[in-house]
Amino acid sequence: MKLILTALFTAFLAMAAHAETMRVAVTTSFYNSGLSEVLLPEIKAELDLDVELIVVGTGQALRLGEAGDVDAILVHARAAEDSFLAAGFGTHRREIMYNDFVFVGPPSDQANVASAQSATAALQAIALASAPFVSRGDDSGTHKKELSLWASAGIVPEGTWYRAVGSGMGATLNVASGLNAYTFTDRASWLNFGNKADLILLYAGDPALFNQYAYIPVNPTRWPHVRYDLALELENWLTSDRAKTLINAYMINGENLFFFNAVRP
Amino acid sequence: MSGYSDGFGGAWKLIFTLDPDLYEIIFLSLQVTITAVIIASIIGLPMGAWLAVNRFMFRRYVIAVLNALMGLPPVVVGLFVYMALSRAGPLGGFGLLFSPAAMIIAQVIIITPLIASISHQTIRDLWAEYHDLLISMNATRTQRIRALLWDGRRALLTATLAGFGRAIGEVGAIMIVGGNIEHATRVLTTAIALETGKGNFAFAMGLGLVLIVIAVIINLAIHIVGKTERASTW
Repeated sequence: MKLILTALFTAFLAMAAHAETMRVAVTTSFYNSGLSEVLLPEIKAELDLDVELIVVGTGQALRLGEAGDVDAILVHARAAEDSFLAAGFGTHRREIMYNDFVFVGPPSDQANVASAQSATAALQAIALASAPFVSRGDDSGTHKKELSLWASAGIVPEGTWYRAVGSGMGATLNVASGLNAYTFTDRASWLNFGNKADLILLYAGDPALFNQYAYIPVNPTRWPHVRYDLALELENWLTSDRAKTLINAYMINGENLFFFNAVRP
Repeated sequence: MSGYSDGFGGAWKLIFTLDPDLYEIIFLSLQVTITAVIIASIIGLPMGAWLAVNRFMFRRYVIAVLNALMGLPPVVVGLFVYMALSRAGPLGGFGLLFSPAAMIIAQVIIITPLIASISHQTIRDLWAEYHDLLISMNATRTQRIRALLWDGRRALLTATLAGFGRAIGEVGAIMIVGGNIEHATRVLTTAIALETGKGNFAFAMGLGLVLIVIAVIINLAIHIVGKTERASTW
Protein backbone atom coordinates (compact mmCIF):
# COMPACT_ATOMS: atom_id res chain seq x y z
CA MET A 1 0.00 0.00 0.00
CA LYS A 2 2.77 2.42 1.02
CA LEU A 3 4.63 1.54 -2.15
CA ILE A 4 1.64 2.46 -4.29
CA LEU A 5 1.21 5.77 -2.50
CA THR A 6 4.90 6.64 -2.82
CA ALA A 7 4.77 5.83 -6.52
CA LEU A 8 1.71 8.03 -7.00
CA PHE A 9 3.23 10.96 -5.17
CA THR A 10 6.43 10.69 -7.17
CA ALA A 11 4.39 10.65 -10.36
CA PHE A 12 2.50 13.70 -9.12
CA LEU A 13 5.70 15.65 -8.56
CA ALA A 14 7.11 14.57 -11.92
CA MET A 15 4.20 16.28 -13.67
CA ALA A 16 5.72 19.73 -13.12
CA ALA A 17 8.25 20.42 -15.95
CA HIS A 18 6.71 22.07 -19.05
CA ALA A 19 7.28 24.16 -22.17
CA GLU A 20 5.85 27.68 -22.21
CA THR A 21 2.16 27.59 -21.41
CA MET A 22 -0.59 30.15 -21.83
CA ARG A 23 -4.33 30.07 -21.31
CA VAL A 24 -6.96 31.25 -23.74
CA ALA A 25 -10.68 31.33 -23.04
CA VAL A 26 -12.49 30.36 -26.25
CA THR A 27 -16.15 30.04 -27.15
CA THR A 28 -17.83 26.65 -27.26
CA SER A 29 -18.76 27.28 -30.89
CA PHE A 30 -15.08 27.66 -31.81
CA TYR A 31 -14.12 24.56 -29.85
CA ASN A 32 -17.01 22.41 -31.10
CA SER A 33 -15.99 23.25 -34.67
CA GLY A 34 -12.88 21.10 -34.22
CA LEU A 35 -10.57 23.79 -35.62
CA SER A 36 -8.53 23.92 -32.41
CA GLU A 37 -7.51 20.31 -32.96
CA VAL A 38 -5.91 21.43 -36.22
CA LEU A 39 -4.32 24.64 -34.95
CA LEU A 40 -3.00 23.68 -31.51
CA PRO A 41 -0.56 20.95 -32.64
CA GLU A 42 0.84 23.38 -35.26
CA ILE A 43 1.27 26.10 -32.63
CA LYS A 44 3.01 23.63 -30.37
CA ALA A 45 5.33 22.54 -33.19
CA GLU A 46 6.18 26.00 -34.50
CA LEU A 47 6.25 28.13 -31.35
CA ASP A 48 6.87 25.45 -28.70
CA LEU A 49 3.86 26.96 -26.97
CA ASP A 50 1.24 24.95 -25.09
CA VAL A 51 -2.08 26.76 -25.49
CA GLU A 52 -4.55 25.63 -22.83
CA LEU A 53 -8.14 26.25 -23.85
CA ILE A 54 -10.86 27.08 -21.36
CA VAL A 55 -14.04 26.35 -23.32
CA VAL A 56 -16.92 28.58 -22.20
CA GLY A 57 -19.53 30.94 -23.61
CA THR A 58 -18.44 34.41 -24.71
CA GLY A 59 -20.01 35.95 -21.59
CA GLN A 60 -17.92 33.80 -19.26
CA ALA A 61 -14.82 34.16 -21.45
CA LEU A 62 -15.04 37.92 -20.99
CA ARG A 63 -15.41 37.44 -17.22
CA LEU A 64 -12.33 35.21 -17.15
CA GLY A 65 -10.36 37.89 -18.97
CA GLU A 66 -11.67 40.56 -16.63
CA ALA A 67 -10.59 38.51 -13.57
CA GLY A 68 -7.15 37.85 -15.06
CA ASP A 69 -7.68 34.08 -15.07
CA VAL A 70 -6.64 33.73 -18.72
CA ASP A 71 -3.99 35.43 -20.89
CA ALA A 72 -6.21 36.11 -23.90
CA ILE A 73 -9.72 35.46 -25.19
CA LEU A 74 -11.14 34.44 -28.56
CA VAL A 75 -14.80 35.46 -28.77
CA HIS A 76 -17.55 36.58 -31.13
CA ALA A 77 -19.82 39.30 -29.71
CA ARG A 78 -18.80 42.73 -30.98
CA ALA A 79 -20.75 44.91 -28.54
CA ALA A 80 -19.55 42.99 -25.49
CA GLU A 81 -15.98 43.03 -26.83
CA ASP A 82 -16.09 46.80 -27.25
CA SER A 83 -17.25 47.40 -23.69
CA PHE A 84 -14.58 44.94 -22.47
CA LEU A 85 -11.94 47.06 -24.20
CA ALA A 86 -13.51 50.33 -23.08
CA ALA A 87 -13.27 49.17 -19.46
CA GLY A 88 -9.54 48.55 -19.94
CA PHE A 89 -9.69 44.77 -19.45
CA GLY A 90 -8.00 44.06 -22.79
CA THR A 91 -5.28 45.81 -24.75
CA HIS A 92 -6.68 45.59 -28.27
CA ARG A 93 -8.99 43.61 -30.52
CA ARG A 94 -7.77 41.70 -33.55
CA GLU A 95 -10.18 40.11 -36.00
CA ILE A 96 -9.07 36.62 -37.00
CA MET A 97 -11.75 34.88 -39.03
CA TYR A 98 -15.47 34.69 -39.71
CA ASN A 99 -18.26 32.37 -40.69
CA ASP A 100 -22.01 32.70 -40.39
CA PHE A 101 -24.92 31.71 -38.20
CA VAL A 102 -27.57 29.37 -39.54
CA PHE A 103 -31.02 28.12 -38.62
CA VAL A 104 -31.42 24.37 -38.34
CA GLY A 105 -34.59 22.44 -37.68
CA PRO A 106 -36.76 19.45 -38.59
CA PRO A 107 -37.21 18.62 -42.31
CA SER A 108 -41.00 18.94 -41.92
CA ASP A 109 -40.34 22.67 -41.29
CA GLN A 110 -43.78 23.59 -39.96
CA ALA A 111 -42.86 27.30 -39.78
CA ASN A 112 -41.57 27.24 -43.37
CA VAL A 113 -38.24 28.77 -42.33
CA ALA A 114 -36.56 27.45 -45.47
CA SER A 115 -38.39 29.99 -47.63
CA ALA A 116 -37.97 32.96 -45.26
CA GLN A 117 -36.71 36.19 -46.86
CA SER A 118 -34.49 37.23 -43.93
CA ALA A 119 -33.25 36.06 -40.55
CA THR A 120 -35.83 38.15 -38.72
CA ALA A 121 -38.58 36.80 -40.99
CA ALA A 122 -37.44 33.28 -40.10
CA LEU A 123 -37.80 34.05 -36.39
CA GLN A 124 -41.19 35.69 -36.94
CA ALA A 125 -42.37 32.56 -38.75
CA ILE A 126 -41.18 30.32 -35.90
CA ALA A 127 -42.91 32.51 -33.29
CA LEU A 128 -46.10 32.69 -35.34
CA ALA A 129 -46.25 28.91 -35.66
CA SER A 130 -45.22 28.52 -31.99
CA ALA A 131 -42.83 25.90 -33.33
CA PRO A 132 -40.42 24.44 -30.73
CA PHE A 133 -37.22 26.50 -30.67
CA VAL A 134 -34.17 25.75 -28.51
CA SER A 135 -32.12 28.74 -27.36
CA ARG A 136 -28.59 28.68 -25.88
CA GLY A 137 -29.75 30.92 -23.03
CA ASP A 138 -26.19 31.19 -21.63
CA ASP A 139 -25.09 34.74 -22.48
CA SER A 140 -22.73 33.38 -25.15
CA GLY A 141 -21.95 35.15 -28.43
CA THR A 142 -24.45 32.96 -30.26
CA HIS A 143 -27.08 33.69 -27.63
CA LYS A 144 -26.45 37.45 -27.79
CA LYS A 145 -26.80 37.30 -31.57
CA GLU A 146 -30.05 35.34 -31.32
CA LEU A 147 -31.47 37.84 -28.81
CA SER A 148 -30.54 40.80 -31.02
CA LEU A 149 -32.35 39.13 -33.93
CA TRP A 150 -35.46 38.62 -31.80
CA ALA A 151 -35.28 42.29 -30.86
CA SER A 152 -35.06 43.38 -34.49
CA ALA A 153 -37.95 41.03 -35.31
CA GLY A 154 -39.98 42.89 -32.68
CA ILE A 155 -40.73 39.71 -30.74
CA VAL A 156 -40.21 38.84 -27.10
CA PRO A 157 -39.72 35.06 -27.28
CA GLU A 158 -41.93 33.54 -24.59
CA GLY A 159 -44.09 30.49 -24.18
CA THR A 160 -43.67 26.74 -23.99
CA TRP A 161 -42.33 26.58 -27.55
CA TYR A 162 -39.26 28.63 -26.55
CA ARG A 163 -36.76 26.49 -24.60
CA ALA A 164 -33.71 28.25 -23.17
CA VAL A 165 -31.36 25.44 -22.12
CA GLY A 166 -28.46 27.48 -20.69
CA SER A 167 -25.80 25.20 -22.19
CA GLY A 168 -22.95 25.19 -24.68
CA MET A 169 -23.45 24.91 -28.43
CA GLY A 170 -23.12 21.12 -28.59
CA ALA A 171 -25.46 20.48 -25.66
CA THR A 172 -28.00 22.84 -27.21
CA LEU A 173 -27.83 21.00 -30.55
CA ASN A 174 -28.31 17.73 -28.65
CA VAL A 175 -31.51 19.10 -27.09
CA ALA A 176 -32.73 20.38 -30.45
CA SER A 177 -32.15 17.02 -32.13
CA GLY A 178 -33.83 15.27 -29.20
CA LEU A 179 -36.91 17.49 -29.43
CA ASN A 180 -36.77 17.73 -33.23
CA ALA A 181 -36.89 21.50 -32.72
CA TYR A 182 -35.53 24.57 -34.47
CA THR A 183 -32.34 26.15 -33.18
CA PHE A 184 -29.83 28.87 -34.01
CA THR A 185 -26.19 27.86 -34.36
CA ASP A 186 -22.97 28.83 -36.04
CA ARG A 187 -22.13 26.93 -39.20
CA ALA A 188 -18.89 25.45 -37.86
CA SER A 189 -20.48 23.80 -34.82
CA TRP A 190 -23.28 22.51 -37.01
CA LEU A 191 -20.98 20.93 -39.59
CA ASN A 192 -18.86 19.23 -36.93
CA PHE A 193 -21.80 18.07 -34.79
CA GLY A 194 -22.07 14.29 -34.47
CA ASN A 195 -25.73 13.86 -33.47
CA LYS A 196 -27.73 15.67 -36.13
CA ALA A 197 -30.50 13.03 -36.06
CA ASP A 198 -33.29 14.36 -38.33
CA LEU A 199 -32.23 18.01 -38.22
CA ILE A 200 -31.24 19.82 -41.42
CA LEU A 201 -29.93 23.27 -42.25
CA LEU A 202 -32.95 25.38 -43.21
CA TYR A 203 -31.90 28.98 -43.55
CA ALA A 204 -28.64 30.91 -44.05
CA GLY A 205 -27.33 33.80 -46.08
CA ASP A 206 -28.73 36.96 -44.48
CA PRO A 207 -25.86 39.49 -43.99
CA ALA A 208 -27.18 39.96 -40.44
CA LEU A 209 -25.94 36.44 -39.73
CA PHE A 210 -22.28 37.38 -40.19
CA ASN A 211 -20.18 35.93 -37.37
CA GLN A 212 -16.79 37.54 -36.68
CA TYR A 213 -14.26 35.96 -34.28
CA ALA A 214 -11.81 38.30 -32.59
CA TYR A 215 -8.79 37.82 -30.36
CA ILE A 216 -8.18 40.07 -27.35
CA PRO A 217 -5.08 39.87 -25.10
CA VAL A 218 -5.79 40.55 -21.42
CA ASN A 219 -4.38 43.86 -20.18
CA PRO A 220 -1.03 43.25 -18.40
CA THR A 221 -1.10 46.61 -16.60
CA ARG A 222 -4.24 45.41 -14.85
CA TRP A 223 -2.95 41.90 -14.16
CA PRO A 224 0.87 41.84 -14.11
CA HIS A 225 0.98 38.03 -13.99
CA VAL A 226 -0.62 37.51 -17.43
CA ARG A 227 1.74 36.33 -20.17
CA TYR A 228 1.29 39.28 -22.51
CA ASP A 229 4.45 38.30 -24.42
CA LEU A 230 2.96 34.89 -25.19
CA ALA A 231 -0.43 36.44 -26.01
CA LEU A 232 1.25 38.62 -28.64
CA GLU A 233 3.26 35.68 -29.95
CA LEU A 234 0.03 33.72 -30.40
CA GLU A 235 -1.72 36.69 -32.05
CA ASN A 236 1.18 36.96 -34.45
CA TRP A 237 0.82 33.30 -35.36
CA LEU A 238 -2.98 33.42 -35.66
CA THR A 239 -2.70 36.22 -38.20
CA SER A 240 0.17 34.59 -40.14
CA ASP A 241 0.10 33.02 -43.59
CA ARG A 242 0.43 29.60 -42.00
CA ALA A 243 -2.74 30.15 -39.93
CA LYS A 244 -4.51 31.55 -43.00
CA THR A 245 -3.75 28.39 -44.98
CA LEU A 246 -4.84 26.09 -42.16
CA ILE A 247 -8.05 27.97 -41.35
CA ASN A 248 -9.14 28.29 -44.97
CA ALA A 249 -8.30 24.64 -45.66
CA TYR A 250 -10.34 23.34 -42.72
CA MET A 251 -13.39 21.74 -44.30
CA ILE A 252 -16.02 19.17 -43.43
CA ASN A 253 -17.85 17.49 -46.32
CA GLY A 254 -16.28 19.97 -48.73
CA GLU A 255 -17.60 23.00 -46.84
CA ASN A 256 -15.47 25.72 -45.27
CA LEU A 257 -16.06 26.22 -41.54
CA PHE A 258 -14.17 29.51 -41.20
CA PHE A 259 -12.76 32.19 -43.49
CA PHE A 260 -9.55 33.91 -42.44
CA ASN A 261 -9.88 37.72 -42.50
CA ALA A 262 -7.16 39.12 -40.24
CA VAL A 263 -5.86 42.49 -41.45
CA ARG A 264 -2.08 42.65 -41.55
CA PRO A 265 -0.02 45.83 -41.67
CA MET B 1 -30.21 0.95 -30.63
CA SER B 2 -26.91 0.64 -32.42
CA GLY B 3 -25.59 3.41 -30.12
CA TYR B 4 -25.07 0.94 -27.30
CA SER B 5 -23.02 -1.52 -29.29
CA ASP B 6 -21.04 1.36 -30.80
CA GLY B 7 -20.25 2.51 -27.26
CA PHE B 8 -19.01 -0.89 -26.17
CA GLY B 9 -17.00 -1.34 -29.34
CA GLY B 10 -15.52 2.14 -28.94
CA ALA B 11 -14.49 1.44 -25.36
CA TRP B 12 -12.60 -1.75 -26.20
CA LYS B 13 -10.93 -0.08 -29.15
CA LEU B 14 -9.77 2.77 -26.90
CA ILE B 15 -8.35 0.42 -24.30
CA PHE B 16 -6.64 -2.00 -26.63
CA THR B 17 -5.14 0.53 -29.00
CA LEU B 18 -3.43 2.04 -25.92
CA ASP B 19 -4.65 5.49 -26.94
CA PRO B 20 -2.14 7.81 -25.19
CA ASP B 21 -4.71 10.58 -24.66
CA LEU B 22 -6.99 8.14 -22.89
CA TYR B 23 -4.22 6.97 -20.58
CA GLU B 24 -3.33 10.56 -19.79
CA ILE B 25 -6.96 11.22 -18.83
CA ILE B 26 -7.20 8.06 -16.72
CA PHE B 27 -3.90 8.84 -14.99
CA LEU B 28 -5.02 12.38 -14.11
CA SER B 29 -8.41 11.13 -12.86
CA LEU B 30 -6.67 8.70 -10.53
CA GLN B 31 -3.99 11.18 -9.49
CA VAL B 32 -6.53 13.86 -8.52
CA THR B 33 -9.00 11.49 -6.85
CA ILE B 34 -6.46 9.41 -4.92
CA THR B 35 -4.64 12.51 -3.67
CA ALA B 36 -7.97 13.99 -2.58
CA VAL B 37 -9.00 10.75 -0.84
CA ILE B 38 -5.69 10.57 1.04
CA ILE B 39 -5.95 14.18 2.23
CA ALA B 40 -9.64 13.85 3.10
CA SER B 41 -8.92 10.63 5.03
CA ILE B 42 -6.10 12.26 6.99
CA ILE B 43 -8.57 14.98 8.02
CA GLY B 44 -11.83 13.02 8.11
CA LEU B 45 -10.95 9.77 9.91
CA PRO B 46 -9.47 11.37 13.07
CA MET B 47 -12.24 13.97 13.00
CA GLY B 48 -14.87 11.22 13.02
CA ALA B 49 -13.10 9.39 15.83
CA TRP B 50 -12.65 12.57 17.84
CA LEU B 51 -16.35 13.35 17.56
CA ALA B 52 -17.18 9.81 18.74
CA VAL B 53 -15.09 9.84 21.92
CA ASN B 54 -15.56 13.44 23.04
CA ARG B 55 -18.53 15.02 24.73
CA PHE B 56 -18.88 18.77 24.34
CA MET B 57 -21.48 21.46 23.95
CA PHE B 58 -23.31 21.55 20.61
CA ARG B 59 -21.84 18.12 19.72
CA ARG B 60 -25.19 17.01 18.36
CA TYR B 61 -25.38 20.09 16.14
CA VAL B 62 -21.85 19.65 14.85
CA ILE B 63 -22.68 16.07 13.87
CA ALA B 64 -25.94 17.14 12.26
CA VAL B 65 -24.10 19.74 10.20
CA LEU B 66 -21.46 17.19 9.22
CA ASN B 67 -24.14 14.75 8.08
CA ALA B 68 -25.87 17.48 6.12
CA LEU B 69 -22.59 18.41 4.42
CA MET B 70 -22.39 14.87 3.01
CA GLY B 71 -25.01 16.03 0.54
CA LEU B 72 -23.16 19.21 -0.40
CA PRO B 73 -23.87 19.88 -4.10
CA PRO B 74 -20.51 19.65 -5.89
CA VAL B 75 -21.43 22.49 -8.22
CA VAL B 76 -21.77 24.82 -5.20
CA VAL B 77 -18.38 23.71 -3.87
CA GLY B 78 -16.96 24.29 -7.33
CA LEU B 79 -18.37 27.80 -7.46
CA PHE B 80 -16.96 28.75 -4.03
CA VAL B 81 -13.53 27.28 -4.77
CA TYR B 82 -13.57 29.00 -8.16
CA MET B 83 -14.38 32.39 -6.64
CA ALA B 84 -11.67 31.93 -4.00
CA LEU B 85 -8.95 30.83 -6.42
CA SER B 86 -9.75 33.28 -9.22
CA ARG B 87 -7.11 35.97 -9.69
CA ALA B 88 -9.74 38.43 -8.54
CA GLY B 89 -10.49 36.29 -5.44
CA PRO B 90 -8.84 36.15 -2.00
CA LEU B 91 -6.48 33.27 -2.89
CA GLY B 92 -5.86 34.41 -6.47
CA GLY B 93 -2.19 35.11 -5.83
CA PHE B 94 -1.38 31.39 -5.83
CA GLY B 95 -2.52 31.05 -9.45
CA LEU B 96 -4.15 27.69 -8.73
CA LEU B 97 -7.34 28.06 -10.78
CA PHE B 98 -7.55 25.61 -13.71
CA SER B 99 -4.91 23.31 -12.23
CA PRO B 100 -5.07 19.77 -10.82
CA ALA B 101 -4.42 21.32 -7.38
CA ALA B 102 -7.68 23.28 -7.63
CA MET B 103 -9.52 20.07 -8.51
CA ILE B 104 -7.99 18.30 -5.51
CA ILE B 105 -9.04 21.16 -3.19
CA ALA B 106 -12.64 20.97 -4.44
CA GLN B 107 -12.77 17.19 -4.07
CA VAL B 108 -11.29 17.30 -0.55
CA ILE B 109 -14.07 19.71 0.47
CA ILE B 110 -16.70 17.45 -1.09
CA ILE B 111 -15.58 14.12 0.40
CA THR B 112 -14.16 15.07 3.81
CA PRO B 113 -17.64 15.39 5.43
CA LEU B 114 -18.58 12.04 3.90
CA ILE B 115 -15.50 10.26 5.26
CA ALA B 116 -15.76 11.99 8.66
CA SER B 117 -19.44 11.16 8.99
CA ILE B 118 -19.16 7.48 8.08
CA SER B 119 -16.08 7.03 10.28
CA HIS B 120 -17.88 8.76 13.14
CA GLN B 121 -20.71 6.25 12.94
CA THR B 122 -18.30 3.33 12.75
CA ILE B 123 -16.14 4.52 15.64
CA ARG B 124 -19.18 5.34 17.78
CA ASP B 125 -20.31 1.70 17.68
CA LEU B 126 -16.79 0.50 18.39
CA TRP B 127 -16.42 3.03 21.23
CA ALA B 128 -19.53 1.62 22.91
CA GLU B 129 -17.76 -1.76 22.96
CA TYR B 130 -14.31 -0.46 23.99
CA HIS B 131 -15.43 2.27 26.37
CA ASP B 132 -14.99 0.44 29.67
CA LEU B 133 -11.78 -1.26 28.62
CA LEU B 134 -10.03 1.91 27.41
CA ILE B 135 -11.21 3.94 30.42
CA SER B 136 -10.04 1.26 32.87
CA MET B 137 -6.64 1.19 31.15
CA ASN B 138 -6.50 4.92 31.77
CA ALA B 139 -5.74 5.57 28.07
CA THR B 140 -5.32 9.19 27.03
CA ARG B 141 -7.67 10.70 24.44
CA THR B 142 -5.08 10.39 21.68
CA GLN B 143 -4.41 6.77 22.63
CA ARG B 144 -8.13 6.02 22.59
CA ILE B 145 -8.58 7.57 19.14
CA ARG B 146 -5.56 5.65 17.83
CA ALA B 147 -6.77 2.35 19.23
CA LEU B 148 -10.25 2.85 17.82
CA LEU B 149 -9.00 3.90 14.38
CA TRP B 150 -6.65 0.90 14.23
CA ASP B 151 -9.18 -1.69 15.39
CA GLY B 152 -11.86 -0.23 13.17
CA ARG B 153 -9.59 -0.04 10.13
CA ARG B 154 -11.49 -2.51 8.01
CA ALA B 155 -14.79 -0.75 8.55
CA LEU B 156 -13.09 2.60 8.00
CA LEU B 157 -11.97 1.37 4.61
CA THR B 158 -15.63 1.61 3.65
CA ALA B 159 -15.60 5.31 4.55
CA THR B 160 -12.53 5.86 2.40
CA LEU B 161 -13.95 3.88 -0.52
CA ALA B 162 -17.20 5.85 -0.32
CA GLY B 163 -15.11 9.01 -0.58
CA PHE B 164 -13.25 7.55 -3.56
CA GLY B 165 -16.52 6.64 -5.23
CA ARG B 166 -17.95 10.10 -4.85
CA ALA B 167 -14.74 11.78 -6.01
CA ILE B 168 -13.97 9.68 -9.09
CA GLY B 169 -17.48 10.14 -10.45
CA GLU B 170 -17.71 13.85 -9.69
CA VAL B 171 -18.04 16.29 -12.59
CA GLY B 172 -19.75 19.53 -11.49
CA ALA B 173 -17.02 20.97 -9.28
CA ILE B 174 -13.95 19.87 -11.22
CA MET B 175 -15.43 21.14 -14.47
CA ILE B 176 -15.69 24.61 -12.93
CA VAL B 177 -12.35 24.78 -11.12
CA GLY B 178 -10.34 22.61 -13.54
CA GLY B 179 -11.70 24.03 -16.78
CA ASN B 180 -11.48 20.67 -18.62
CA ILE B 181 -8.24 21.71 -20.37
CA GLU B 182 -6.86 19.10 -22.74
CA HIS B 183 -3.54 17.65 -21.54
CA ALA B 184 -3.81 19.64 -18.30
CA THR B 185 -7.03 19.20 -16.34
CA ARG B 186 -9.17 16.89 -18.46
CA VAL B 187 -10.36 13.85 -16.50
CA LEU B 188 -12.74 11.01 -17.37
CA THR B 189 -15.93 12.67 -16.15
CA THR B 190 -15.28 16.04 -17.82
CA ALA B 191 -14.24 14.27 -21.02
CA ILE B 192 -17.54 12.39 -20.98
CA ALA B 193 -19.46 15.66 -20.58
CA LEU B 194 -17.44 17.18 -23.44
CA GLU B 195 -17.94 14.29 -25.85
CA THR B 196 -21.66 14.25 -25.07
CA GLY B 197 -21.74 17.96 -25.92
CA LYS B 198 -20.11 17.19 -29.25
CA GLY B 199 -22.76 14.57 -29.93
CA ASN B 200 -20.11 11.80 -29.94
CA PHE B 201 -22.23 9.45 -27.86
CA ALA B 202 -20.32 6.30 -28.76
CA PHE B 203 -17.03 7.75 -27.57
CA ALA B 204 -18.67 9.22 -24.45
CA MET B 205 -20.16 5.83 -23.60
CA GLY B 206 -16.78 4.21 -24.14
CA LEU B 207 -15.23 6.60 -21.64
CA GLY B 208 -18.09 5.89 -19.22
CA LEU B 209 -17.38 2.16 -19.38
CA VAL B 210 -13.70 2.81 -18.77
CA LEU B 211 -14.64 4.85 -15.68
CA ILE B 212 -16.80 2.05 -14.27
CA VAL B 213 -14.16 -0.60 -14.91
CA ILE B 214 -11.50 1.51 -13.18
CA ALA B 215 -13.71 2.07 -10.14
CA VAL B 216 -14.29 -1.68 -9.82
CA ILE B 217 -10.59 -2.51 -10.27
CA ILE B 218 -9.53 0.01 -7.61
CA ASN B 219 -12.09 -1.31 -5.12
CA LEU B 220 -11.03 -4.90 -5.75
CA ALA B 221 -7.36 -4.00 -5.49
CA ILE B 222 -7.91 -2.34 -2.13
CA HIS B 223 -9.75 -5.38 -0.81
CA ILE B 224 -6.93 -7.62 -1.98
CA VAL B 225 -4.20 -5.43 -0.53
CA GLY B 226 -6.19 -4.93 2.69
CA LYS B 227 -7.03 -8.66 2.83
CA THR B 228 -10.70 -7.86 3.44
CA GLU B 229 -13.77 -9.70 2.13
CA ARG B 230 -11.94 -13.03 2.24
CA ALA B 231 -13.16 -16.18 3.92
CA SER B 232 -10.43 -16.16 6.61
CA THR B 233 -10.90 -12.54 7.68
CA TRP B 234 -14.61 -11.98 7.41
